[in-house]
Amino acid sequence: MSNTPYVHHQHAHCESGVTSNLLAHEGINISEPMAFGIGAGLFFGHLPMLKVSGIPGTTYRTWPGAIFKRVAQRLNVTIHSERFNSPDKAMQALDAVLATGKPVGILGSVFYLPYLPEAFRFHFNAHNLVSYGKQDGEYLISDPIMEDVTRIAPADLIKSRFAKGVPEPKGFMYYVTSTSRDMDMAKAIQQGIRQTCFFMLSPPLPWFGNKAIFLLANRISEYPKKLEPRKAALYLGNVVRMQEEIGTGGAGFRYIYAAFLQEAGQLLKRDDLLDFSARLTAIGDDWRHFAYSAARILKARQSDIVSYDELSDLLRKCGAEEKELFQKLRKLKW
Amino acid sequence: MNINEVPQDPRNIKPGDKLKKLVYAVDKDGKYTGVNSVGWEAENVVIKQAWDDIDEHLAETEAKVKAGTLSPLPYFMQKNLMDLALLARYAGKWQWQVKRHFKPAVFNKLSPAMHDKYAQIFNITTAELTGFGKNNS
Repeated sequence: MSNTPYVHHQHAHCESGVTSNLLAHEGINISEPMAFGIGAGLFFGHLPMLKVSGIPGTTYRTWPGAIFKRVAQRLNVTIHSERFNSPDKAMQALDAVLATGKPVGILGSVFYLPYLPEAFRFHFNAHNLVSYGKQDGEYLISDPIMEDVTRIAPADLIKSRFAKGVPEPKGFMYYVTSTSRDMDMAKAIQQGIRQTCFFMLSPPLPWFGNKAIFLLANRISEYPKKLEPRKAALYLGNVVRMQEEIGTGGAGFRYIYAAFLQEAGQLLKRDDLLDFSARLTAIGDDWRHFAYSAARILKARQSDIVSYDELSDLLRKCGAEEKELFQKLRKLKW
Repeated sequence: MNINEVPQDPRNIKPGDKLKKLVYAVDKDGKYTGVNSVGWEAENVVIKQAWDDIDEHLAETEAKVKAGTLSPLPYFMQKNLMDLALLARYAGKWQWQVKRHFKPAVFNKLSPAMHDKYAQIFNITTAELTGFGKNNS
């Protein structure tokens, strides 16, 4: 079936990038923003009680694995995915699929991928990459955040696939089994947008969706009052890292989503989607302004209450603007 | 963000870092396109902050190991960016057991197999693990 050579494309974000690359190999050309939008990747969450290395968790995207699964469902693509208890079985299964010439999506820990820059290698266990073959005892790797393809030794790949912690990848791998000619892009886009609006606006809990932006804003203004300066700085720095560090495409995925709305607007010939895209780009710029201001405070090592209050206000502005945008987006007539 | 506003501030945090990541920006007609970026000052500040914090803690722990108040275990745990929960998970032990191994006297009496296991987790030799902080290192 697939004797076509695998083609690597660099993307901003790992999971939507892998989705785009794996589908492109099957002849379904959807861009990374399209995969991100159809897979309803955009989200916000702030969990003060869930501490990662002692720092409250903040996320700008949906949970790992959701994007690929949703895109496949919405485009009538059947996939196979599997977890393993033993590294031997996981590697045998990977080899067996690679032997048929099929590229395979792999979940792993960033910490054990030597080809990534050291500055990014933390124990982040939900990184996605593609292996598209084996040569000279090494795995050929297409990591979507890298400019080019690379290789990895089996021992390192095993460590990455069986990293411990939260979450544990347990050798998770996935690949496309069959595709269908019967693909309704308009419907897939509509479902993706509706789901994103739902996740942003509907969660009744304060930690998820648009509400959580205001929760975080309130917390940030409390940091200098409740925490010692070093901790306040680390908490704030982590928010900015999650927003801008590798893989978000800028402004915590807001630009990728704006690119999706633009592409969808052009494809479906809808000016209203183009307007939403332009508005989200402006909101993304506000997120970047927040990150820039936060970094300036951190660099100057001044953690006075006024500056944290100002940051908190910048964040509230982003939250209010997004709330209005998603409320309107939700009411869109299809 | 416009294409000409995409920042190009090199990270310079760890050696050999040449990755140019992709970000999305709009061109003069407002059309989105992917642009490579070597980094952004704001992002670099917070990444460096995270590493500086790790390095500070590591230096404190190293001093304690050399002073003989801690075993080499917490040093390599921190060097590998692990916390107690994660190290215990890798070692297949309870957290209180691993914490006990932070005591030099307890650590020194561990079985060679347990030393090997810890060394393997940290991807170093057993001699590197047990010899750390002694006079010759």
